[in-house]
Amino acid sequence: MSELSDKLMNDAPCIIEIEDLQTRFGQHIVHQDLSLDVRQGEILTLIGGSGSGKTTLLRQMLGLETPTAGTVKIFGSSRYNGNLALNKSIRSRTGVLFQQGALFSALTVYDNVALPLRELRILDEKTIHDLVMVKLNMVAIEPEHAHKMPANLSGGMIKRVSLARALALDPELLFLDEPTAGLDPELSESFVQLILDMRRELGLTIVMVTHDIDTLAALSDRIAVLADRRVIAAGALEEIYRYPHPFITNFFKTMHKKHQLNDNRK
Amino acid sequence: MNKHKSVRDWYQLVDDGTVQRLILTGNLTLAALDNNFRQLSGELSRHAQNTRILWDLSDIRRMDTAGIVLLWKVWGEKRPDALILRPEHEKMLKRIENLPKAALGLKRGNPFWPIHAIGDQFLLLWANLSGMIRMVGQLALDSLFFLRHPALIPWREISANLYRTGAQALGITALVGFLIGIVLSYLSSEQLQMFGADIFIVNILGISIIRELGPLLAAILVAGRSGSSMTAQLGVMRVTQELDALTVMGIPHSQRLIFPKIIGLGLAMPLLVLWTSAIALTGGMVAAEIQLGLSYHYFVHTLPESVPIGNLWLGLGKGVVCGMAIALIACHFGLRIKPNTESLGEGTTTSVVTSITIVIIIDAIFAIAFSDVGIVR
Repeated sequence: MSELSDKLMNDAPCIIEIEDLQTRFGQHIVHQDLSLDVRQGEILTLIGGSGSGKTTLLRQMLGLETPTAGTVKIFGSSRYNGNLALNKSIRSRTGVLFQQGALFSALTVYDNVALPLRELRILDEKTIHDLVMVKLNMVAIEPEHAHKMPANLSGGMIKRVSLARALALDPELLFLDEPTAGLDPELSESFVQLILDMRRELGLTIVMVTHDIDTLAALSDRIAVLADRRVIAAGALEEIYRYPHPFITNFFKTMHKKHQLNDNRK
Repeated sequence: MNKHKSVRDWYQLVDDGTVQRLILTGNLTLAALDNNFRQLSGELSRHAQNTRILWDLSDIRRMDTAGIVLLWKVWGEKRPDALILRPEHEKMLKRIENLPKAALGLKRGNPFWPIHAIGDQFLLLWANLSGMIRMVGQLALDSLFFLRHPALIPWREISANLYRTGAQALGITALVGFLIGIVLSYLSSEQLQMFGADIFIVNILGISIIRELGPLLAAILVAGRSGSSMTAQLGVMRVTQELDALTVMGIPHSQRLIFPKIIGLGLAMPLLVLWTSAIALTGGMVAAEIQLGLSYHYFVHTLPESVPIGNLWLGLGKGVVCGMAIALIACHFGLRIKPNTESLGEGTTTSVVTSITIVIIIDAIFAIAFSDVGIVR
């Protein structure tokens, strides 16, 4: 990220504000005094060791789980407000790409993408058809695959269809859970490019959880590191890289090795 | 978010003598349009009939795919002659223009569909029958294998199945059996009292419960309870690829999953039949004491005399056969489940319905084949 856009980012309004969050499963404390902001228009990546509560935090942002204490605010209103209409509007402004895709296995690719549009009950079937075809085209799925069942799709296609479904309602905020896990390097590179294109085209804000260093480096504007039950650091890749913490040092050691390998090959 | 009050807020028509400009404003997004989508689309379509109109999109604050699709529809799926738009919107329009025009027509109906449907049903029946026969054969082969290698018999799995399908079903079978016993006893005793044949209540309850109702009640309850859970378990194992994992490890499904289930339920069912019959008789005995004043002592004392022991063996035999049939059907339909949610639900339903039907058929076969066993003539 250039410094100019970095400054712009700092002025952008917060879309997600998490304050003093605490999560406890029985005696086990996962999060303690965790705070994190996500600003409009940025791609924020959550990293952390396994069991550090990345997925739990993501689920709490999605409203699938309730933290023990603390607040999660999305678009300026609390996630746990008990207001049905407000919750519905928050949900229609967010899209999620689940790790396994979570496509409805009983519905075709077309119906999977059409479902959120039909649920609105304000569009006629012809408009829905056009919208679905545009979304499928965006994620580079050919029309002849539209009538396939999810069981007959390859892993990469499931991710892309699932991204199309996440984008069906043109959300402002997109959550990605391990977007490139299970894809081969080439596919994962094209998927990263796809996400970057989408973001440019639709002006998305993206929150992502990933373990893949290439995806991390290619996509993230900011990185938030979860360790010791809280966000120990959040910032651009270069800042995080220099932050002294055993987890971070370890995490980037693998990157060094990988690059050395690449250099040796050259 | 700005709230639009009426459709008028999204566009204005400016007529400066020479050209008519239609200026679109505000947020042309799905979230902002909401319920006004159709109305706006209708009104714009009316203006679009005038082909000389100049479409000015440069004042739009935000537009998403739904917005551009709306306009595309309004324009009759082609770019209007006069159009002003910003470069980012130009890109969105390009995408729609370049969309492959592959018609996603509905599948055409087949005029011979009734014949196809009947044929499909027969093929399905054949597939199920042959599948089940294959499973019985596999069970026989597995039994032979285990006879030769007794050390490999999956005792733990058999015992787990015995506990899950037998011990955990004791509560529900007892409750249902007790109530049926009471109902039967009340109804029969009223009729018998009319003829002054009170003491025959022991014969009626004894024969009907031990020979028929006990086994049938237990089998139907177990088919609904354990059959469905077995099918669902195997189905979910297919969905989560656990079945594949077992195969790769060289552990055959038939030996580790199906054999213990069939043997487990084959052992559990006769025990459940005994239990259900005993509880149902207890219910009948309690009701007989209340209604007819028949003492418990008399009831228990007369029971062995009036009910030949053959009836008990018949009931237990039915239990063994029904139990193994239920497990067999449950496993068969469980393994046929395809890795999707709909197939899971359908498979479980079919499994339960089929096993209850089969249980009743087995009961009828037993009634005919053993009509001269255990009946005093």
